[in-house]
Amino acid sequence: MSVVTPTTVSPVPAGRPPRPGAGNVRRTTITIALAVVGLILLLSVVRKLSGATDLTAAGAISAALALAVPIAMAGLGGLWSERAGVVNIGLEGMMILGTWGAGWAGYQWGPWAGLVAAVIFGAVGGLLHAIATVVFTVDHIVSGVAINILALGATQYLSKALFEGTEGGSTKQSPPVHPDMGGFSVPGIRDPLASIEKHGWFFVSDVAGILRGLLTNLSWITLIAILLFPLTYWVLWRTAFGLRLRSCGESPVAAESLGINVYRTKIIAVVVSGGLSGVGGAALALAASNFYQEGQTGGRGYIGLAAMIFGNWRTGMLAAGSALFGFSDALQLRGGGSVHALLLLVAIIVILVGLWQLYRRRVVQGLIALLSGVAVLAYYLVSDQVPGELTGALPYVTTLLVLALASQRLRMPAADGLPYRRGQGS
Amino acid sequence: MPAAATQTGTEPAPGAAPIAVQLQGITKRFPGVVANRDINIAVRGGTVHAIVGENGAGKSTLMKILYGMQRPDEGTISVDGTELTLSTPADAIAAGIGMVHQHFMLADNFTVLENVVLGSEPRRAGGRIDFDTARDRIHRISESYGLDVRPDALVADLGVGDRQRVEILKVLYRGARILILDEPTAVLVPQEVHRLFGAIQELTGEGFTVIFISHHLDEVLEIADEITVIRRGETVATVLPKDVTAAQLAELMVGSELPSPQTGVATVTDRVVLQGRGLTVRDADGRDLISDVDLTIHAGEVLGIAGVEGNGQTQLVEAVVGMVPLASGQLELDGTDITGWGTRRCREEGIGFIPEDRGRHGLLLEAPLWENRMLGHQTERPNSRGIWVDRKGARADTERIVAAYDVRTPSIDVTANSLSGGNQQKLIVGREMSGSPKLLVAAHPTRGVDVGAQAAIWDHIRRARRDGLAVLLVSADLDELIGLSDTIKVMLRGRLVADADPGTVTPEQLGSAMTGAAAAGRGGASAPMPDPVAQDRAAPAADPPGSPPIDVPNQPGSDHPGEQP
Amino acid sequence: MKGRLDPRRIGLSLVAPVLALVFAAVIAVVVLVVSGYSPKSTITQMLDYSAQPRTQVLIINTATYYYLSAVAVAIGFKMNLFNIGVDGQYRLAALVAAAVGGNVALPGPVNIVLMILVAMAVGAMWSGIAGVLRAWRGVSEVISTIMLNAISTAIIAYLLRPGRLAVQTQGSNNIGTKPIPESGRVGGISLIPDAGMKVFGLIVVAVLVGVGYSVLLNRTVFGFDLRATGGSQTAAVASGVDVKRMLVVAMLLSGAVAGLVGMPQLIGQSYSYSLDFPTGLGFTGIAIALLGRNHPVGIAFGALLWAFLDQSSQILDLEGVPKEIVTIIQGATVLSVVIAYELVRRYRLVAEQRNVGKALGETAEPPAVTTGAPA
Repeated sequence: MSVVTPTTVSPVPAGRPPRPGAGNVRRTTITIALAVVGLILLLSVVRKLSGATDLTAAGAISAALALAVPIAMAGLGGLWSERAGVVNIGLEGMMILGTWGAGWAGYQWGPWAGLVAAVIFGAVGGLLHAIATVVFTVDHIVSGVAINILALGATQYLSKALFEGTEGGSTKQSPPVHPDMGGFSVPGIRDPLASIEKHGWFFVSDVAGILRGLLTNLSWITLIAILLFPLTYWVLWRTAFGLRLRSCGESPVAAESLGINVYRTKIIAVVVSGGLSGVGGAALALAASNFYQEGQTGGRGYIGLAAMIFGNWRTGMLAAGSALFGFSDALQLRGGGSVHALLLLVAIIVILVGLWQLYRRRVVQGLIALLSGVAVLAYYLVSDQVPGELTGALPYVTTLLVLALASQRLRMPAADGLPYRRGQGS
Repeated sequence: MPAAATQTGTEPAPGAAPIAVQLQGITKRFPGVVANRDINIAVRGGTVHAIVGENGAGKSTLMKILYGMQRPDEGTISVDGTELTLSTPADAIAAGIGMVHQHFMLADNFTVLENVVLGSEPRRAGGRIDFDTARDRIHRISESYGLDVRPDALVADLGVGDRQRVEILKVLYRGARILILDEPTAVLVPQEVHRLFGAIQELTGEGFTVIFISHHLDEVLEIADEITVIRRGETVATVLPKDVTAAQLAELMVGSELPSPQTGVATVTDRVVLQGRGLTVRDADGRDLISDVDLTIHAGEVLGIAGVEGNGQTQLVEAVVGMVPLASGQLELDGTDITGWGTRRCREEGIGFIPEDRGRHGLLLEAPLWENRMLGHQTERPNSRGIWVDRKGARADTERIVAAYDVRTPSIDVTANSLSGGNQQKLIVGREMSGSPKLLVAAHPTRGVDVGAQAAIWDHIRRARRDGLAVLLVSADLDELIGLSDTIKVMLRGRLVADADPGTVTPEQLGSAMTGAAAAGRGGASAPMPDPVAQDRAAPAADPPGSPPIDVPNQPGSDHPGEQP
Repeated sequence: MKGRLDPRRIGLSLVAPVLALVFAAVIAVVVLVVSGYSPKSTITQMLDYSAQPRTQVLIINTATYYYLSAVAVAIGFKMNLFNIGVDGQYRLAALVAAAVGGNVALPGPVNIVLMILVAMAVGAMWSGIAGVLRAWRGVSEVISTIMLNAISTAIIAYLLRPGRLAVQTQGSNNIGTKPIPESGRVGGISLIPDAGMKVFGLIVVAVLVGVGYSVLLNRTVFGFDLRATGGSQTAAVASGVDVKRMLVVAMLLSGAVAGLVGMPQLIGQSYSYSLDFPTGLGFTGIAIALLGRNHPVGIAFGALLWAFLDQSSQILDLEGVPKEIVTIIQGATVLSVVIAYELVRRYRLVAEQRNVGKALGETAEPPAVTTGAPA
């Protein structure tokens, strides 16, 4: 009689197939290109149907890009920090410090000094957060909230002390920055594209408008911001320093056991994230306007975090998310007509998403999406305009929607937000 | 005391290899404990030196000191005759010391290559990582020592045996000549252990020095050239394997005989307490984590589930307790259908749960003991009445448990954090056995627990079993499993694939079944089962001669199950 | 066995906030000196001003709604939820409650009760959105509540227009909801003589909320579940807590209390929601909850302190010191208090381990924190 009696069993498929790892999904250039073309097509359709030429007008696109920058910088800052394992809610506060620094140094010594000051001020905020979370293992979110409060108070106090009584300044605003930050345009294409755009042809004019918006009148800060993306990718995914930084966010215990100074790496990452938020602040104070103003950031630090989550903690999708939020921000500024047209766009997208969910057998989610899409469509058809007071909420509603719909298949760094103390390895 | 124990001296026998690592007078204190006291060990080059001691004896702390993760309060460390100060792991790595930790230190979301080169990345200009050089080097090392590691695989997708080999590769990649293996066989089945030992012997043959920490005495006797016993933070003896038996080692380790989990009298009744039919649990992608599992546990019966970690045992446990939903199947407790019930209802209905990870699932570490007594039973007497918490009742009952289960603590108001692992576990066992549960689900109940507590817990389980408790036991400790169970089933890839008789099965046979190696058929059976051994499971080393082959599943026309050992 | 009123334990609990306040005071002094103001005269001015009876009433009144705000936040904190949205919740709730109270002609006390219930419902609903998003889609409530704050500002701007919920106030540029009739108002309490002002009648509500909070958290099974989930979500799940349900309920509760924040002011003084209704109370609540460490009595002290700082600094403007120095004090206090708490917590853990070790006699290995988990 055997001691081990196997039960009747049918062959079981061997092992788990390797699953697509976090962020290892290779988006081929073709897929990206197709997605972009599809999006422009959709925009064209909506423009034709609703008559809102602003959707793809160069002016709107240009504004969208300019407004995407602070969001993108905050998101990039969040990326650096969270890839090292530190949640940074204080980005808003660091951005506020950045705007203030830009205004203060800018009005005295010019816009480039303003940019440098913005980075430094933001980095100081980052340093504070780093010390609190890394050295004192304070809860990351609490520290972030505290820094936001502190940043607000400090800038209010400093504005009152330093700007009151200056020429062009007040307790809530810095004197204007001279000269202008200035920018850069790709030469020779402005007029040809403008004429194509004016014709209002389906798709072609939209492309022209988009191209003109993207390639002309770019602030230097915008250029710097754009360059920071590939730079970040290269540093974090191609260099030794980047690998070590990411390891702190995935498994600080492993990192420490291999001789990496986890504390120092995290602190550097968070200071960099503060500096990046500072750049975002500079974009607001020097490019989108030319002075510091209280309340300038308007929650963009948080929207940037949402863009980072949307981007699954990778640079590519982070950029896409920032563009999306920037676009909604820009449209909101251009008034009710464009926002109204956006309703149509949203309705179409949500209905398409709903159909896709149904196709994938996710009945409940699909139905919810469909119903919401139809509701938005109905509202669009019934109304002429979105009330002025409500258009201001557009970027925030967009953020919520995006997070609500996209939150599932995300993979954040494994040790993100967890307190870490030296020697805590097994 | 075994006659052949040498004193804790440091002189090598004449003619033996030079000393590679010498620890002298190592002392380390933590608040409230002295983890190491005046430890003296001399490890000869090119040998395997084992350090044994029970859980909580101080072995891990000692190895952390040797690896630079902790600094000793007193004492010196010398490598190849040179005294060293190891302040960080980087120092240890530079000194040629590499550590393979008991709990693997791998980043799941990184590839093998990224994990291996981390901290010692080959560079190109500008700080870029030279991935190609790294890949080549990993291949070379992998080939040389038979480690079979793929650099671009994602660690999250690797099984336990693979991960351990990645850890070993990590260490070799950095040029370590002295390897510290901390409880390497804790997660391996006997066949994988043999494979590991093969690799170790190859390494020592090439002059590597291996320090092997374990409390599995049979294995230690098999692989070690020299053994140092540590008890309560002190070196007790250094012996040669040929001079001692496992029993004598055990005596040195604990100062008395190791307890055995053997149960005596049969207590299994006819009354069915837990009935599971067709239990299936799926993950978010729709893949089966457990498939079509049937099980029946009677009152007074301990059903043991054997299996390599990650084959569905956790899911089975969580399904029975209501923590994960069943994709299909029915579950009945004492005649009541509890399919689809949530955890709270299941526990109220009479299921006790000893989780495998007490820190995560069993305790609120920063809460006082009496609140921890309530955890899991906060809706039941004596912890509460209706919606109100009954503080007096809970506190009184906590005192009772502390007394009855020998939980060593100065009061019931201290936080759970400040208790040792063994005492925490005793509290949990006491809590779960209160209120006369019908079924006790115990997952690795004596993991990380000192020998005294282990014996006590086994006693409690045996006693409750006599009183009619049904127990579902999952354990990686094959001795515990074989000793405590009345029936054993083997789980492989989410299915129950074999039964075993605890009275006659050996750990080797169980290990074979656990890895599926056993299912390769006996010659002559009509349809031999296709070999389901996946590539990353250890290929079975030659079975010890004379052991019976494991049977093919019942198929029409197949022979009756095989021979006696 | 240590009693719960062990003086050492109380002492240790106080160390952190005291330490933090001292540190914040030092920072304030430094900032003042660097900016060229005299710290001594600033502080004396503040103290003198706060000694006046009228200021004291103002302090108590301010503390009342700060307290409610902090309790709302604390309920979330106990479950490791960050309800940053108290700000949007209370304003929206106050607006809707004011509109209901002003337009619905119910007899006095019923009107009051109705307004309170409406406020709680609106607050709960607004907060519940974030709770549902968190439970159902895993969206961080930090970001969603902040977004909802901004959205609520837009909604309030939309609703607070003549023809919708508001009317033009006679003889001023202010727009507000229709004032609540006399019968629906709650008089004040003459607590402090010679003040010429009364304390909010609804301070009673604040006290009840505080008591309710304490009882709920420490004496009920629900409170145990809440604290368990905040302490260790995994352990709570294993103990039978339905975490998703818990998340939503906690946010609803937090929002309901948040809805009450505007009530003392509304029903006791303003009688209508208008453009100058106090703002920013939500963020203050966060700071006070942190300062008071989510403890009902601690929060009360924190609220009084904060109110003192706020009110007594009003005088500073007249003397030329930017009153925003107080904001810096407040921000620095928050940061230093959380650091101080963390340090005290660590010290306490180590001390306890040492004491337990001593009491039991030394064993070899340090007490295990997380053991048993395989790689």
